[in-house]
Amino acid sequence: MTTVAHVHDSTDSPFALSHLDSLESEAVHIFREVAGEFERPVILFSGGKDSIVMLHLALKAFAPAPVPFTLLHVDTGHNFPEVLEYRDRVVAQHGLRLHVASVQEYIDAGKLRERPDGTRNPLQTVPLTEAIQQHRFDAVFGGGRRDEEKARAKERVFSLRDEFSQWDPRRQRPELWQLYNGRHAPGEHVRVFPLSNWTELDVWQYIQREKIELPAIYFAHEREVFARNGMWLTAGDWGGPKESETTQTRLIRYRTVGDMSCTGAVDSDATTLDAVIAEIAASRLTERGATRADDKMSEAAMEDRKREGYF
Amino acid sequence: MSTSTEQLSEQLAATTLLRFATAGSVDDGKSTLVGRLLHDSKSVLADQLEAVEHASRSRGQEAPDLALLTDGLRAEREQGITIDVAYRYFATPRRRFILADTPGHVQYTRNMVTGASTAELAVVLVDARNGVVEQTRRHAAVAALLRVPHVVLAVNKMDLVDYQEPVFAAIAEEFTTYASELGVPEITAIPISALAGDNVVEPSANMDWYGGPTVLEHLETVPVSHDLTACHARFPVQYVIRPQTAEHPDYRGYAGQIAAGAFRVGEQITVLPSGQTSTITGIDALGASVDIAWAPQSVTIRLADDIDISRGDLLAPSGDAPPTTQDIEATVCHVADQALSVGQRVLLKHTTRTVKAIVKEIPSRLTLDDLSQHPNPGQLVANDIGRVVVRTAEPLALDAYADSRRTGSFLLIDPADGTTLAAGMAGDSFATAKAVAVVEDEEGWDF
Repeated sequence: MTTVAHVHDSTDSPFALSHLDSLESEAVHIFREVAGEFERPVILFSGGKDSIVMLHLALKAFAPAPVPFTLLHVDTGHNFPEVLEYRDRVVAQHGLRLHVASVQEYIDAGKLRERPDGTRNPLQTVPLTEAIQQHRFDAVFGGGRRDEEKARAKERVFSLRDEFSQWDPRRQRPELWQLYNGRHAPGEHVRVFPLSNWTELDVWQYIQREKIELPAIYFAHEREVFARNGMWLTAGDWGGPKESETTQTRLIRYRTVGDMSCTGAVDSDATTLDAVIAEIAASRLTERGATRADDKMSEAAMEDRKREGYF
Repeated sequence: MSTSTEQLSEQLAATTLLRFATAGSVDDGKSTLVGRLLHDSKSVLADQLEAVEHASRSRGQEAPDLALLTDGLRAEREQGITIDVAYRYFATPRRRFILADTPGHVQYTRNMVTGASTAELAVVLVDARNGVVEQTRRHAAVAALLRVPHVVLAVNKMDLVDYQEPVFAAIAEEFTTYASELGVPEITAIPISALAGDNVVEPSANMDWYGGPTVLEHLETVPVSHDLTACHARFPVQYVIRPQTAEHPDYRGYAGQIAAGAFRVGEQITVLPSGQTSTITGIDALGASVDIAWAPQSVTIRLADDIDISRGDLLAPSGDAPPTTQDIEATVCHVADQALSVGQRVLLKHTTRTVKAIVKEIPSRLTLDDLSQHPNPGQLVANDIGRVVVRTAEPLALDAYADSRRTGSFLLIDPADGTTLAAGMAGDSFATAKAVAVVEDEEGWDF
């Protein structure tokens, strides 16, 4: 062996934190920074696993005091009833305040038009950005993770948005050390992603470690589904199946929770957290690749939506 | 499901986290190295690979272009360049990794500073045919400046120099000498071929003269934590927790992330900048009450006395508290497009405290290529590294960056539009100058 300046043995320091402890500590730090520096923060809460973990971390960050943030849910009108039930139960349990921005109301009022493909996910952007303006939220927590998608890999933990909620990836502030710069002009806001450095598996391992309750649709159950674009979609009033599509009862579960019109289920017999984790660890598909129709629209689908103000 | 149960339980075991950054110029093969690390550690999943294959085909490329895995933005794919730092995640049974993937050519300094600021290890790539070039010295200097504890020199494209040991040895020696002089504490040189896969994840059959670790093996085994006993304990107060509820009428805790060292129940602490003292009566570590906590844990500290403490204050052991100062001398890396000038009014963000400040002097600008100093440049522009003297409106408890990356670093912010102007590192830039600073302590220079 040549020219190796110093060689260490391979033992980690006894003070090294486990990866979950490191991620938890970092996320809590981010929550507390926002609480310390912003006037009107809000947590985007969908009842999905990432926002559930986010809320759990916020509860830990400020215990024994209550979470000093309100919650905001953008309801597409096509959400899973189990998830809405979970959402309302958690809000009541922790004495939180929930704002709901409703896509259905925008459609009913003629401010948004239903898309021909029936997908409502892209329609969330307008109600979201208008709710931010209306309530003058200056920091908006999202559960987005950089491992989800390649445009999200470029996202900052503190991400400045202009008065139109637009993201400009070429004009992002460098993020140095743990010194998050949340300065913004009136009308602008900062999107904050405390789970930036978490992977899907980290989220699940943390849910297991912390014994966090989840909506039942994350675990295998029998459901009426039909196939569209290679995914199993839940049949329902939202607009499926069409005439050419037939429903069948399958044993499935969801890896992500979103709008019923674009969130696909996966075949699974994983009824426990252990089984879900084993399934994900062995999966050869990413979370979004397996279950999200909207990301397949184009190579830059996520980037384009994020530029418009999507979370 | 192809993964065996044994592999699975290994994959799920409690592991540590290593943050590292890559640096390399355009054609050094950085994307290939990153792609190979991700691919060979099985962190690229089928749908991602399929998307890359599809995009490569539609561009008329024969083989999948692994750079498409890492170029996330439309403009990056269109131009075939990496614009901005991206973060990648992968795992092996031994460790989880967060990789700050920094672009090689445009705006190299600020991007590398961004990536290196949180990194515990930097991989500097060189092309074996070209050896140590200007860009390599620049990367070494930035790693030294940012005090990245471990540097890996990856001598790439060994396949193009017939895997010859003398080629590698000469480059490794030149780099090690240069980087050691800058104060890089640990350097490991590894001969690789990212394209062929030699010594990246698998040991090379073509270089039996090399007995060291592969890149991945080194990443898996490098120690991630410093020796706490050597660190001054520091706790910036982020937020005061006062529930004022029936259940907790008198609870008053100081929430924060331990920046350095360890804190123990019973320890006497001093609050800075006020100088008041008290004793730690309890440490709440996110739900559990503990006797000791250490960096970088997020905790809540309770004290025996009800003293005035708020966000921006710093708790330190009474026997080891830093002095406070309003005159800061530091090295800054300028990261904004607008300039930083002598006389400019700025905001300075240090730990949890943001104060008004004025740039009193810019004594010198550093040329990274040869580390020469250009005196009194008047201003710093994008990607410049320079010495500055800043006067703050309030006293700060600042350590030398050499002692603590967390409490020795700060941002300069434009108060008009909130732009982050510069990344600051208090005290002397490079380890070689460190001994002098200690002697000159009395001259109002507080480190």
